[in-house]
Parts: sequence; C-alpha cells; structure tokens
Amino acid sequence: MKDIITLAIESSCDETSAAILKNGREVLSNIISTQIELHKKFGGVVPEVASRKHIENIDIVVQEALEEANVGFNDIDHIAVTYGPGLVGALLVGLSHAKALAYTLDIPLVGVNHIEGHVSANYIEHKELKPPFITLIVSGGHTHLVEVKDYGEYEILGKTRDDASGEAFDKIARAMNLGYPGGPIIDKLAKQGNKHAIEFPRAYLDDGYDFSFSGLKSSVLNYLNAKKMKKEDIVVEDVAASFQESVVEVLSTKAIKAASEKGYKTIALAGGVASNSALREKITQMAKEYEIDIKYPPLVLCTDNAAMIGCAGYYNFIKGKVSDMSLNAVPNLKINER
Amino acid sequence: MKILGIDTSSMAASVSVIEDDKLICEYTVNTKKTHSQKLMPMIENMLKMSDLKINEINAIAICVGPGSFTGLRIGMATAKAIAHVNNLPIIGVNSMEILAANMDLCDKKICSILDAQRNQVYTAKYKFEEGKLIEIESVDVIEIENLLKELSSNDDEWILVGEAVYKYKDMIKEIQNISIPAPSNNVTKASSLCSVAINKYNENKDVHDCYTINPMYIRKSQAEVQYEEKMKRLNNDR
Ligand SMILES: [Zn+2]
Repeated sequence: MKDIITLAIESSCDETSAAILKNGREVLSNIISTQIELHKKFGGVVPEVASRKHIENIDIVVQEALEEANVGFNDIDHIAVTYGPGLVGALLVGLSHAKALAYTLDIPLVGVNHIEGHVSANYIEHKELKPPFITLIVSGGHTHLVEVKDYGEYEILGKTRDDASGEAFDKIARAMNLGYPGGPIIDKLAKQGNKHAIEFPRAYLDDGYDFSFSGLKSSVLNYLNAKKMKKEDIVVEDVAASFQESVVEVLSTKAIKAASEKGYKTIALAGGVASNSALREKITQMAKEYEIDIKYPPLVLCTDNAAMIGCAGYYNFIKGKVSDMSLNAVPNLKINER
Repeated sequence: MKILGIDTSSMAASVSVIEDDKLICEYTVNTKKTHSQKLMPMIENMLKMSDLKINEINAIAICVGPGSFTGLRIGMATAKAIAHVNNLPIIGVNSMEILAANMDLCDKKICSILDAQRNQVYTAKYKFEEGKLIEIESVDVIEIENLLKELSSNDDEWILVGEAVYKYKDMIKEIQNISIPAPSNNVTKASSLCSVAINKYNENKDVHDCYTINPMYIRKSQAEVQYEEKMKRLNNDR
C-alpha cells in the first residue's frame, strides 16, 4: 500500500505549528514556533497579538516542516488543520492558510478538533495503543474525562464545571506573582515544598465524573490573604505543592474510577497539564493497585503542536471524513462534535 | 500575465482575475456571512465558471489593509498559501488605494474612508494626474469630524469614497464641496485592486513573496496600547 503523507497545521492559541506525518503515526517533522515570550509581559495570551504573530510565521513554519521532512508540496496526500476549539482569530489564520493550500494542491482538507489532537498525541508515542481506552484531557482550556470508543469516536464522561485545571495553575501562580505560564512554574517550585503542609479542599462532587477547581482556587487565595493580613511569611513552595497535590489527587482518583467502573485497563493523559510531573507520578502510582496502565505523550507532544493534529486528521481522512472550502473556525467546538 | 486579486478588508469579500488589460472575472459578496465561509468558495466558483485553473495564475494581488484585522488575515493567509505553493509574487495594495481606483480618472480630489469604530475612520487622499493615481496624503486613522472639518475648509472639490460614507451621510450632505459616488463604487472591488496591482508590478513597487508580505494594521492591538500607557505611567511616577 502507498504511504499516506499528511501536512498538518495548528494555530489555535499561541503556538504556530506545522508537521509532516507518514501514515498517521510517524512524525517526519514537527515545527513549533511558540509565542510564550511575546505574551509574558501581558500575563497571558492576548488574542490579537497572537493572531498577528501567526500570520507572520505561518509560511516560515510550513516551509521548515517540508524541508525538515524532506518532502515537497506534491508529495502531500491531504491537509489536516485545527478548526476549533481555540481563539477564533488565531484559528482563522491556520484554517484559511490550510484551505488555500488544499485547494491549490487539489488535495482533501480535513478539519481537526484540537482536543482530539491532544488525545492523538498518545498514538504517536505509543505505537501499540489502540482504542478503546480512557483519556484524561487536562490543559489551560480543558479538563475532560473521555471514553475513546474508536478512532474519532468519543463519549464525554465528565468535565470541569468552572475553571480548567491549567487555568487554576495560572491563576494561583499569578496570585503569588510567580509569572506566566503557571503550570511549569508551580510544578518546579512544588518539588521543593511539602505537599501536606496545607490541607486545601478536594472537590469530588458527589462521586460523579465532573470536576470543579473554583473552590480550591478560592481556598488558596483566602489562605494567601489571611497570611498577608497577619503579616506572616508565605512559604511559596509549600503552597505550590499543597495546591498541586489537591489538583492531581482529584484528577487521578476520578480517571482511575472511570477506568475501573467502565472496565478499561489503559488511561492516556493528554494536554498541557499532562506534562505535570506530580500528575504523572501520582496517577501512575495510584493506578498500580488496579493494574491500570498509564500512558502519556512526551513533553513536546503535550504542548500545542501540529503533529498531534496530523495524527487525528489522518484517522479522519482514512475514514472519509473530509471538509469542504466553507469550513469555518468553531471557537467552542466540543470533543464529540464535528 | 494573470493576476488573482483578493480583498477581505471590509464586510465585502471580493475576488477577481485580470489578464493584462482585460478583466476576466470578478465576484463580490457584500453580506454579513464571514469571510472564512465566503472567500474560498468564491475563488473556487469564480475560477471554475471562468474555465481557469488556480495553477494558471501568475501573481496574487492582496489588500493589505487597513480594515478589519481578522478579515485582513483571512485574505492574507489565503494569498500566502497560494503564492507559497506556486512560488508567485504577491502585490500589496492598501484599501484606500482600491477605493480611489474605483474613481478612475475623475478630476476631483479623492478622499477614501473606511470605518475604524469609535467615531474614527481610516483615510488617505489621492488625485489622478495624467491618468495616474497619485497619493496626496498617506493612510492614517482620524476622527471623522476632524476629517470633514478639514475637507470643508478646503477650496478643492472632493469625492468621499468608501462604505463609511453611509454611516456619516447626515454630516456629509451639509458640506458643499464633497460628493459621494454610486453605491457600487463605495466597496473595495478586487478588479480595482488588480488594476492598481498591475501598475505597481510594472514599477516593481510593493511586490513581495509569501514570507515578506504582512497586513497593514495602522492601529496597535488594544493590549499593547494599554501596556504602553501603563509603562508610561510607571515611568512618570518614578
Ligand atoms: Zn491545546
């Protein structure tokens, strides 16, 4: 059988990325141009600033992806592109570019759900991984517990009722003036702290599969305020570790509960927060007792990248799920929607 | 030489192909449907109807702005991709020039305007001299009231062109030396874009490739403006 070559584009937030894949799971190149430095002074991603950077970078990134993979435009069999969820202005740069590439090359266009991309990052890393399994998708924008029934077929078991897990990290980091993005900073500080120093609440929400992080966030903010009022020193490392422990304990417990209740032996972590070292450790350790296998992508595939979009797009493509030229960006796209 | 023109700077999306002196096709849709939904199907249908293939196009003309930030980027991302695949030159034309070109050869002075919100307009001034479009004042963003005051105190006859004339028509109709063109000339048309572009191409002006061309925003993003104000305040306090 002939190899299928995918050119994938991702621009949903603050990373401009293009990748070339062979047969969906072999990454020939994965170029990521990150804007983190650009947004630091604003304390978060500014949509207009991000969109402006995407349009400057898009052709450079695509060209680099082709060159690194040693592939020409004429070798490409289909284009995969993120069309949601994400920042609408940012999405539209990658999407418009991808549409015109597909049209000019006269090859199919495949619109990809960004969250589906995060899940698919696991297929790239773990060649033997096949659906069905449970996936925990945790990032700055999402916290979802999902049953992956087949390639491209998902059932949402639970989601956050308020803040996304990554958002909670950002807010706590901001409250302690630690900088942006919060996740990696707190992860690092927590390594020097005592995770049992402060007893922050865990929101289990009547044992369902939903999450809530706003109560925890308020509790941390109250703790910080109370300390300030009393003019007592705050041990940043302890706060970071205790807060993080509360988040990862709830995430791990619920994911394992879903896997054991639904009879699955594999949980795949996905999204930016899947690179959190405490989460990886905690869930792996807790899962041992249930003989559940924990999988997660390498760090580079946890951040937003086009390779994961290409992998998800490949499975859509071979199932015949292609898009037409009127495809629009859908900023609030859900994982089981198309 | 065949040029494909793309303009998505305002609510109207417009695409056109010209071959040297001849207009081959043009497609303009001035509705609220998003550019993302409109633009590629318009190009696809227009070329098909004209028995043209995208690979027969020799250059792309793109409206660089000013205009709707998101709209500009949709057109720009599209133009860049076509140019990237086929290694084509991209000729950048601003939206003010396109509107002025709608007024081909008129002997009045031309002031192009486009709504910039907050009672402001993007504007630039032009005239035709010996058949050529000459820029009198380059693109800027100013209060509509200040612009009208300036034009009305001027001895010349002016044409005010662009969609924004309807938004401010009550203010404009009081002014003796300002006329407004027909509605069909108040949208940025890709055929006018292509006419300006072919002249620029022949003079090797504003000719780019997919890496070097970028939108002309005129305005900074709101976040940058606020950040700079904050920095200024902090510096003053020091
Ligand atoms: Zn993401």
